[in-house]
Amino acid sequence: MTSLPEPRPGQKKLGLVIDLDICVGCHACATACKEWNASGHMGPLPDFNPYGDGAWGVWFNRIHSFEEGEGDGARTIHFPKSCLHCEEPACVTVCPTGASYKRAEDGIVLVNESICIGCKLCSWACPYGAREFDADEGVMKKCTLCVDRIYNENLAPEDRQPACVMVCPVNARHFGDLGDPASEVSEMVARRSGGDLMPELGYKPVNKYLPPRAGRMAPAAPVAAGAPPADQPVTGDRLLRWVDRLLSR
Amino acid sequence: MHPALSIVFFTSASGAGFALLLLLGLGAPLGLVPPSASFGFAALALAVLLAGAGLASSAFHLGRPERAWRAFSQWRSSWLSREGVFSVLTFLPAAVFGIGWVFFGTTGGLVGLCGILAAALATVTIYCTGMIYASLRPIHQWHNQWVVPNYFALGLMSALLALNFLVRLWQPRAPGVAVLAVILVAVAWRLKEWYWRSIDTTSAPSTVASATLLGSRGKVRMLEPPHTEENYLLKEMGFAIARKHRARLRGIVRLAGFALPAFLTLCALFVGGVFGVIAAGLAAVSAALGIVVERWLFFAEAKHTVTLYYGAEAV
Repeated sequence: MTSLPEPRPGQKKLGLVIDLDICVGCHACATACKEWNASGHMGPLPDFNPYGDGAWGVWFNRIHSFEEGEGDGARTIHFPKSCLHCEEPACVTVCPTGASYKRAEDGIVLVNESICIGCKLCSWACPYGAREFDADEGVMKKCTLCVDRIYNENLAPEDRQPACVMVCPVNARHFGDLGDPASEVSEMVARRSGGDLMPELGYKPVNKYLPPRAGRMAPAAPVAAGAPPADQPVTGDRLLRWVDRLLSR
Repeated sequence: MHPALSIVFFTSASGAGFALLLLLGLGAPLGLVPPSASFGFAALALAVLLAGAGLASSAFHLGRPERAWRAFSQWRSSWLSREGVFSVLTFLPAAVFGIGWVFFGTTGGLVGLCGILAAALATVTIYCTGMIYASLRPIHQWHNQWVVPNYFALGLMSALLALNFLVRLWQPRAPGVAVLAVILVAVAWRLKEWYWRSIDTTSAPSTVASATLLGSRGKVRMLEPPHTEENYLLKEMGFAIARKHRARLRGIVRLAGFALPAFLTLCALFVGGVFGVIAAGLAAVSAALGIVVERWLFFAEAKHTVTLYYGAEAV
């Protein structure tokens, strides 16, 4: 049924919290996702022409890199993006067959591949580009939040997390219940003013992004060509520079 | 958005087909079209052929066409499902109407009622098709108030031009349909210009900054894409059309889709006879070509919010 489940008080909303401040853009989460899911619930994830020009395939998680600001004030931000398991997922309601659905028990958005007709309308309805068409099987595929890991009793309890979260070497990805205000992830979102992507569209994504911390770098200042930067009192000794950086945090 | 030819053809043909069914379903019981059974057969066959070919073409777009029947199940939430349901429902009274008209030579009574019912259901079907596009919030060029009226007007316009040609084969002098066709061409042209002005002067509320939560330090731009090659998202949603081609294609739509059909229909109105039939036929063919280009542009000019993650700053 592609009508959305009635929201209940205390509704469980499983999702991810992604820290844009510390993601280093290593793409390990994308690789781990591909590896697990290629043989998981939605597998296989096909690749076309994998060793030639124009290689392409189905991935549930992709890491974009952005730059914000100009000159000295600019910084690079690595931006992993996968399905946000929205509370108002139009990708589900546009589905004509009932293949797309949102689980009432935990809010995970899934595709029932055996009744998907491959009309692709759900991928048009997703503003975030979370759904990718499997041209081999003629059906739509998407992130499952590793539904086959998080409830998997064959795995050790500490391994019952999405593959992307498990693999992250810098702990930039967190998994938990965002419907519970006392959960670790919800507290992290509150503490760091985490937010929604494209909130103006009203999809109410469950996954939250923690913006880069503001105070890490000097504010953007115009730099005259050829002249040394004005706001740089400590020069020379490397140790002193490090101490200066530490103190000016 | 990638203009898949199957969908371009589907929306053009089924829009015209269901609009023709609407015109015949209303026109025959009210005595506005030739009552002869042969006319009924020709006109209804064209309507069913256009609507049916359009629906068949849309099935080719599917990854798993053999499961297409499942698309009738989710009418509670999905405009695509509603369109499927109403397109099939339309054919039920249309069949009674057609059989009554063609084989029993009547367009009154129950047959006429079925015609009116088919017209009502065809109207709902056309509305549902328009809403499939107009309901998609990630695509600013589709999610606006112009899309459904445009789709209606273009469908009615092409159906009236086809009807004008057919009516002339049976009734050499039938000014009513021709005048109505010219009026609809004018209305459709005006609506299309309003649509173009609207998408040229407005953009989506979403920007690369709202899509990434970044921007506190200044302008946000893509540094590196996630991968060096294309992917499904870029093939399907990242289609971009050069500005100069866009202007030229809009010119073709104005000429072939609106100006020429209006001119040829007026010629047919005043000339009549064989030349009138030829002019009316050319008007319908020219409009069909113009609408296919219009529909191709409707996709090509549509920008999806996912492109914000691949270098677009606004959509």
